[in-house]
Amino acid sequence: MSSRLHRTAFWLLPALTLLLLLGIWQLYIDVSGVSSLVLPSPHEVARALVNDRGTLLRNLGRTALEIVCGILIAVAFGFVAAVLIHWSTLVRRALYPLLVASQAVPLVILAPVLVLWLNFGLRPILVVIALVCFFPIVVTTLGGLETVDPELLKLMRTFDASRWQQFRRVELPSAMPGLLTGIKIAAVFSVIGAVFGEQDAGSGSGLGYLLNATFANYEPAEEFATVCVLSGFAILLFVLLTVAERRMLPWAYQMKEIQSR
Amino acid sequence: MIKLEGVSLVFTGRRGQEGVRALDGVSLEVGSGEIVAVVGPSGCGKTTLLELICGLQTPGSGSVESEPAALMPQRDLLLPWLSAADNACLALRVRGVNRADSLALVKPWFERLGLSGFEQTRPAQLSGGMRQRVSFVRTLLAGKPVLALDEPFAALDALTRAEMQQWLGTALASEQQPRTVVLVTHDVEEAALLGDRIIVMSPRPGRVIADLTVPLPRPRTRTDPAVVALREQVLELLGAPV
Repeated sequence: MSSRLHRTAFWLLPALTLLLLLGIWQLYIDVSGVSSLVLPSPHEVARALVNDRGTLLRNLGRTALEIVCGILIAVAFGFVAAVLIHWSTLVRRALYPLLVASQAVPLVILAPVLVLWLNFGLRPILVVIALVCFFPIVVTTLGGLETVDPELLKLMRTFDASRWQQFRRVELPSAMPGLLTGIKIAAVFSVIGAVFGEQDAGSGSGLGYLLNATFANYEPAEEFATVCVLSGFAILLFVLLTVAERRMLPWAYQMKEIQSR
Repeated sequence: MIKLEGVSLVFTGRRGQEGVRALDGVSLEVGSGEIVAVVGPSGCGKTTLLELICGLQTPGSGSVESEPAALMPQRDLLLPWLSAADNACLALRVRGVNRADSLALVKPWFERLGLSGFEQTRPAQLSGGMRQRVSFVRTLLAGKPVLALDEPFAALDALTRAEMQQWLGTALASEQQPRTVVLVTHDVEEAALLGDRIIVMSPRPGRVIADLTVPLPRPRTRTDPAVVALREQVLELLGAPV
């Protein structure tokens, strides 16, 4: 496939799928006559998007801030955890199984404790987002660290490279594509984390709060509009990260392209 | 200067059981500036021999003495995120030489080996022969008196390999202080073209079955009757059908 066709298809195909789904949705509502209190039509959602754009944007600002900060916290802790697990068998044995198990804990049950410890406001929300994002970042970074060719480390030893130099010159760069993949997965999870966090910590703003409020007010069109903004933000974040990945790690892309030739 | 005396090495298998016996009583002395080619069938412990010389393995019994050695691995093992020139600098950078000085040291070697103009190219976009040359420059600039070359050209096509063997001969000769070289290969012709001595090893467990001195001057050609005769002699020692 030529690259221009490829690029067009990149935008066109998901757009067509979306249009098709919207068409089916609208048709279903027209035919079945289901109440708009249960399921609003795409038409009504679009109208809510336009009418409430001010409110939506203001609350998006708040949620976006939470998400970006939450991801950054998760990256810092996740990266350090991955390196420690990679370096020390002791840490791996002690931490890794618990880390996996902790992912099965529904965050809802943590909300009261978090609020108790951290009070209401931004902090418990950041913790929830960071918790959601932490795991994918650890796993993919660790994967990157573990793909390092042991022969390469042997070679570094014949150059008298210290453990730190081996890490800095070989292991760390090898782990970067994994870390970026982890952040991309985390970005998508973080949106759900933000909604949970805002609802559980009783936040007074943000898209999660808006979802709660519109639900309580029986405004399904506005509720769906909020979800649209959330999804749109997740896609935007993902695309931005993909662009950043191409910029920062061109070599990883070159290798992929050569392999797929 | 390298000296191995009665070196044996057994790799322990899983659960501590007796594993693979890689080397069995290998004694070998290599003088400074000598080029020694080690030939033998696959799995005869040739790579293990180099790892012992480079200090990456310790012998089970016997002793290994060697001046510091730099390894050129079988696969080029270049770092995909670095440019060709930065890859060639790697050993220098590890030693604490700054980037500008390292690049200045790399430059003449790139010119000599036909890599000029490819300094900024990443390994994925270089040909196999070019990657091997970059890897060779990296090994050379590690500044060790001993070069341990592990089948450096095994992965190349016949034409490129012939070309590379030729420049390896020239490159080694063009250095101010000649290096001690241990060249492991399963290509008997390569050994006959490049070695001052040829060490022939037996199948696993590896033992030295012959130590031939090659009195021919370099550069040698593969059609030289003396080279052909040497090649046949080594093949016979390895048990190839005549």
